[in-house]
Amino acid sequence: MKVFHFTEQAYAPAWNDHDGSLRVNLPNRKCDPKIAADNYHRWYDEWALADELGLDIMVNEHHQTATCTSSACVITLSILARETKRARLLVLGYPIGHRPDPLRCVEELSTIDVISRGRLEMGFVKGVPYEIPVANTNPVFLMDRFWEAHDFILKAMTSHDGPFNWEGEHFHYRHVNVWPRPYQEPHPPVWVTTGSTSQARRLGEYGYVMATLGSGYATKGLYDAYRQGYVSKGRPMPGPDRFAYLGLVAVASTEAEARRRAEHVAGYVRTSSIVHPPFRNPPGFLSADDNAKLLKAGKPPARTFTKDGRAVDMRTGSVQDLIDAAIMFAGTPDQVYKQLIDFCEWVGGMGNLLMMGQAGFLSHADTVDNLTLFAKEVLPRLKDYKQPTPASIAAA
Amino acid sequence: MSTAGSPPAMHAINGLQIEILSRGNGKPLLFLHPELGLDPAAPVVERLSSGARLIAPSHPGFGRSDVAKSQTTVDDLAYFYLDLLDSLDLRDAALVGVSFGAWIAAEIAIKSTARLSHLVLADAVGIKVGDRETRDIPDIFAMTESQYLDVAYADPAIGKVDYTARPEAELKIVARNREATARYAWSPYMHDPKLRGRLHRIRIPTLVLWGDKDRLTAPEYGRAYAAAIPGARFEPIERCGHFPHIEQPDAFAQKVLGFVGGSN
Repeated sequence: MKVFHFTEQAYAPAWNDHDGSLRVNLPNRKCDPKIAADNYHRWYDEWALADELGLDIMVNEHHQTATCTSSACVITLSILARETKRARLLVLGYPIGHRPDPLRCVEELSTIDVISRGRLEMGFVKGVPYEIPVANTNPVFLMDRFWEAHDFILKAMTSHDGPFNWEGEHFHYRHVNVWPRPYQEPHPPVWVTTGSTSQARRLGEYGYVMATLGSGYATKGLYDAYRQGYVSKGRPMPGPDRFAYLGLVAVASTEAEARRRAEHVAGYVRTSSIVHPPFRNPPGFLSADDNAKLLKAGKPPARTFTKDGRAVDMRTGSVQDLIDAAIMFAGTPDQVYKQLIDFCEWVGGMGNLLMMGQAGFLSHADTVDNLTLFAKEVLPRLKDYKQPTPASIAAA
Repeated sequence: MSTAGSPPAMHAINGLQIEILSRGNGKPLLFLHPELGLDPAAPVVERLSSGARLIAPSHPGFGRSDVAKSQTTVDDLAYFYLDLLDSLDLRDAALVGVSFGAWIAAEIAIKSTARLSHLVLADAVGIKVGDRETRDIPDIFAMTESQYLDVAYADPAIGKVDYTARPEAELKIVARNREATARYAWSPYMHDPKLRGRLHRIRIPTLVLWGDKDRLTAPEYGRAYAAAIPGARFEPIERCGHFPHIEQPDAFAQKVLGFVGGSN
């Protein structure tokens, strides 16, 4: 199993000083650039440590939000491409449906792949609903744009014989011939996030790495849909390296200390959806059928469940609830290892843990210890762990 | 033409199944609904069809009407309605629109008025009046339900709906209407930057009706609209917000029918 260290790079002081909305419209007066500078430098120190410890690195981006101050992930990737030595650099993700200019995306990603000598993992995401009012992309056509940008980016990365033409629905170019071309052949690996079974099946058909976030014990249905799409193209069952899962991680030498850290890390899920309500569901982001159900119910459906089907509200759930729902893996190294293996067995194999090892108010010292203990006590065992075999998944 | 109270029927227009409410007799009156869609049971349907032959389609993507993938702008809708006028062979028709529907009506009338006798625009959106940092129309997609009701109606209670008490099929139409509005009006938000400069092409009698309590598009915006159309008359409707056909159906129908010359 590969383990990617991830932090949302939250501006945590704002978590205690907002007017009901941490995203989109929280005035940036509340961001002290001196504190932000200290934060960034500290996170680069932690990424350097992750690189030394044998962990890989994941970065993401959101916009106009105190929950995540990584607003231009290519800046982070660019610095890491030069400063780190061995870690795979996963961007998950790059919101290509929102980008006005996918040609620029190809230039950025190819350059980062070259500088890092082929360490880029290229994750494309639709983006959460709150990205829409900032990007101002029409939500009705967002996925059309996403797939056209995807087609264009891969075509541009794999075309080496001079300019080609592109006259699509959303993007128009006449002379596409990107320098430099990517380091990896034919292009950096593609990852995509999803929460829907129809999209999971499509990703399986492509054979991309599929990542899910916050899906807990509902993850298995998504993996099954992916597997159906994957084998529908005449391939054998996909291995665990095709699946990635974002988990919040707090490990310590004692359970009590781990629980203390877990409370800090859980700050991420408790603040993530604090946003002015209309920005949570832009028109067209969900289907008309799903919106009709939402209006009828008067509230959003539960999406996070424990193994025995109990719904967990991520905003209000206790650390124990989050552990029970496989949103969080927390405890001593033994406990965390067992929780992770238990999850892998449940979903039928998962080869990429996207480990949120820092969130919110978790201090630098705590983060260093969290990462170090994980890398020394849990990671070697995960590397040795034998994932469920395709035969055992098919039989289940 | 059709019997009173009959439900909307599906018609094939340009290969799309389009829902059309047809009621009453006499002068054809093509009514273009606002972003909310049109409730066939709304009192305005009865009022307008008492003095004209009312033809009220659901725009592509709204109500139960199909939408083509290529229909993405109000300009596309305007061409669609020019085809609909041909397809139904409407002559000397009065074209009446409210809010988003009035925007479509204006985009139709700058292209061709060959089949039209009169134009009525009520609380229209569609033009840019203020400077680049002034939003003429508040962002309805950034509002809570109660914030929206406060700006859309003189009496917000009129617009209040308990969605949980409605059947899911009806709620799907609510959801489709909201999505279709975004489809056509997301950006540039609720307007076509070129429309105002083209309104001078409208050379048929035009009435601009406006709710005097419209807080979504202020009466000054309506006066700017009327000023850009040669000879257009501006008339306020009292105690009325952005949707006069809902909030003051009697006054609305009376003014419309009086202007277009239907029997009233």
